[in-house]
Amino acid sequence: MTSLFAGYDHSGAWDEMINSDGRIRRRFGPVAELLANLSRSEIEARVDSVNRSYLDQGVTFDFAGEERPFPLDIVPRVLKEDEWQIIEAGVAQRVRALEAFLEDLYSQQLCISEGVIPASLLLSSKELLRVAFSIHPPNGVRIHVAGIDIIRGQDGSFRVLEDNVRVPSGVSYVLSNRRAMVQTFPELFAQMQIRSVEDYPRLLLQALANAAPGGKQDPSIVVLTPGVYNSAYYEHSLLARLMGVELVEGRDLFCQGGYVYMRTTAGPRRVDVIYRRVDDEWLDPVKYRFDSLLGVPGILDCARRGRVVLANAVGNGAADDKLVYTYVPDFIRFYLGEEPIIANVQTWRLEEPEARAEVLERLDELVVKPVNSSGGKGIVIGPVATATELEALRNKVSADPRGWIAQPVVQLSTSPTWVEDGFGPRHVDLRPFAVNNGEQVNVLPGGLTRVALPAGQLIVNSSQGGGSKDTWVLGRDATRRSVTAVVQQAAQRVGSTTHRSTRPVPRTVNPRDDESENYGQQQQQQQQQQQQRRRQSQSQQQLQQQRREAPC
Amino acid sequence: MLSRIAESLFWIGRYLQRSEYTARILDTHIQLVNEAPDMDTNEVLQALMHVMDQPVTVNDGEVSVEAILGTLAYDAFNPSSTDGALLAARENARRAREVISTELWETLNTTRLTIEAINQQPYRSAHEHFVWIRERVAMAKGIIDSATSRDDSWNFLVLGMAIESADMTARLVLTQTELGERGPSWVTLLRSCNAYEAYIRAVGGLGDDRQIAAFLLRDQLFPRSILSSLSTCDEMLISLEGQQSSLYSRTIALSDARNALGSARALLAFTEFDELLAQLPEFMEQVERACSKASDAIRVRYFPTGSLAEWMGETL
Repeated sequence: MTSLFAGYDHSGAWDEMINSDGRIRRRFGPVAELLANLSRSEIEARVDSVNRSYLDQGVTFDFAGEERPFPLDIVPRVLKEDEWQIIEAGVAQRVRALEAFLEDLYSQQLCISEGVIPASLLLSSKELLRVAFSIHPPNGVRIHVAGIDIIRGQDGSFRVLEDNVRVPSGVSYVLSNRRAMVQTFPELFAQMQIRSVEDYPRLLLQALANAAPGGKQDPSIVVLTPGVYNSAYYEHSLLARLMGVELVEGRDLFCQGGYVYMRTTAGPRRVDVIYRRVDDEWLDPVKYRFDSLLGVPGILDCARRGRVVLANAVGNGAADDKLVYTYVPDFIRFYLGEEPIIANVQTWRLEEPEARAEVLERLDELVVKPVNSSGGKGIVIGPVATATELEALRNKVSADPRGWIAQPVVQLSTSPTWVEDGFGPRHVDLRPFAVNNGEQVNVLPGGLTRVALPAGQLIVNSSQGGGSKDTWVLGRDATRRSVTAVVQQAAQRVGSTTHRSTRPVPRTVNPRDDESENYGQQQQQQQQQQQQRRRQSQSQQQLQQQRREAPC
Repeated sequence: MLSRIAESLFWIGRYLQRSEYTARILDTHIQLVNEAPDMDTNEVLQALMHVMDQPVTVNDGEVSVEAILGTLAYDAFNPSSTDGALLAARENARRAREVISTELWETLNTTRLTIEAINQQPYRSAHEHFVWIRERVAMAKGIIDSATSRDDSWNFLVLGMAIESADMTARLVLTQTELGERGPSWVTLLRSCNAYEAYIRAVGGLGDDRQIAAFLLRDQLFPRSILSSLSTCDEMLISLEGQQSSLYSRTIALSDARNALGSARALLAFTEFDELLAQLPEFMEQVERACSKASDAIRVRYFPTGSLAEWMGETL
């Protein structure tokens, strides 16, 4: 290892690249070798190339009201095939369990009558929506897209940190990270077998098409965005572009006679499926925030009548509440009859008096999180908090125990990251994306690895100064479609075989470009110039002579 | 218009298009062989060189990415490489200096100077180079589009572009039919023609390979499909030939160029699609031959070189 890795101290956490003996993990072999062989200036050139790719693509996020390029680290995070199998199975299992829970919650509520989860907990959830009780998705899917956040603890095993089944974002970074990395490190892609993430738009579009009301063929699908000022607008436009569907804002849609239409130059056009990236409470000013300009008045009524499908469904927030999270392993056992493949992080429910007493006593060594927030907002990390912060937290928790959970400080795994003075270990998590098309839950082989850029920082959210890494899952992709398949199928249908000559058709060029042919002409053109010059200089000499001879 | 000038314009069009297509094809193919390591790189690149009619210098039977870049990108003396085609376009522009706009000349001339400067640079990724090539071509085309009267000079420029476009797309499809399952997907073909996003908008994200093939071969609205390119050629030839050769005249006597391109176009447009697909390689070869034949016919008719009249003083 060169000096760029000097002082790489990964003690205290599981490192993604270096094992406990200080050796490079095998999966990282080519990456480590390449980085060790590059000089600082070569690495900086590649960092520039990545950044340029990002600025050119316009991949930015909203940082305190300002558009900034989302920092992508040049060192990828590499996952082995067998590790990925665990994540894939674990994430899919979790999504299936959450689907079953939501279906139950908004109908029979066996989970309450069978005592899996207390009724008081669900009824006190702000995300439990009355309207959701009357909306029945045609193909039974409520979680079309899920982002399940996974971390790796000190022992190297995976844990689920939280579920996102409302409007999970970040998948565009998976796609654009890959694009930037392929352009910057082609040699690594040539050496390693890295699974493709290109299929995501197709997976999503298929899931949306399957969700259409009444199993309608060739439904009209749109992506609903809050607008260009939303921090994830780039993602909304990217997905719409890659799926070939319209990207609409609330003002582009209207409801009439129980149907949703969009305003087009050819008159109103029916909309069947809406992949909405607008939060529940903004969606319909008739039902919720009457001041919402982002929503469509009456849209929930259309959904209730089953004439339009919202993806993800409204009311999903009841399932990714951080307190409900603690019951997900029970859901997996209750609904699926399986054991959880990926465990939860140990969590104290502060409503339980003994747990609350213990937590309040140990506030300075635990992480306390509000149950209903995202983006890492409101999280208090005990060991680094000041006494006043802890005191304020103590009061808040005592006043509203339903609103908070506590977890031990988990040392997230670290991964080498390019920082100012070389490579340093930084904490990372992973958000794989799962798409439920009604027949199966597909997990995209890859995902968003978020990295906390300040040394020792444990919160990885981009709104807290985090960056990202491209996630490389090793292994083969199942099938690749090819040209001949089509050609051969057609040949079979028509019953013919192909014969062709083996010599390529020659390419033509402008014969006048061939200099040897024009040689004579070129020479003459030049000769003429020389003669002219000679004549000029002769006449000048004569002139000078005349002047000399002329009497002054 | 002088024949010599017309010929230069025709070739400016062809070379610009050739440079752009080659840049796109190389970019997507190199990215492809890099991204999919189970693909036989050597085979894919050899097929590409073969169809592009570039002699493969067999060096232990291996074609490396560097070698293909050396031939089809950076070789300034090869008019079928990205750089060489742009330089050739500039040479042709020099001969038509008084007809083309100053802006177009300066764009092409600056391009040449920059290519020379780039060759001195130590590190520049192939992708960045191709992006730059595309930008230069786009700029030249934009100037042509905005500053050329729709007279014969326009017709020759666009005719050159459209013939080259049909030819390149046919060659591209041919590369893939040669390799079959071991070659790139149809989506890669779309990307190589800058047709991917247009296709997604037109057909949607769930289309299958048949739909992609139909789009690339004979979409009527997308200007880079083979059929549209051939139609453009015909439009240009009609305005060049004037009234006499209208299809609506009593006797249909088409010029050789229109004949060659028209029969290829008819085959594409009216052959039953399964049959077209089943014999894709032959059809693509037919398109290539038609382009080559038309190009010859155009040369014979519009750019006669003529045997040089020599003064034989002593016989008098």
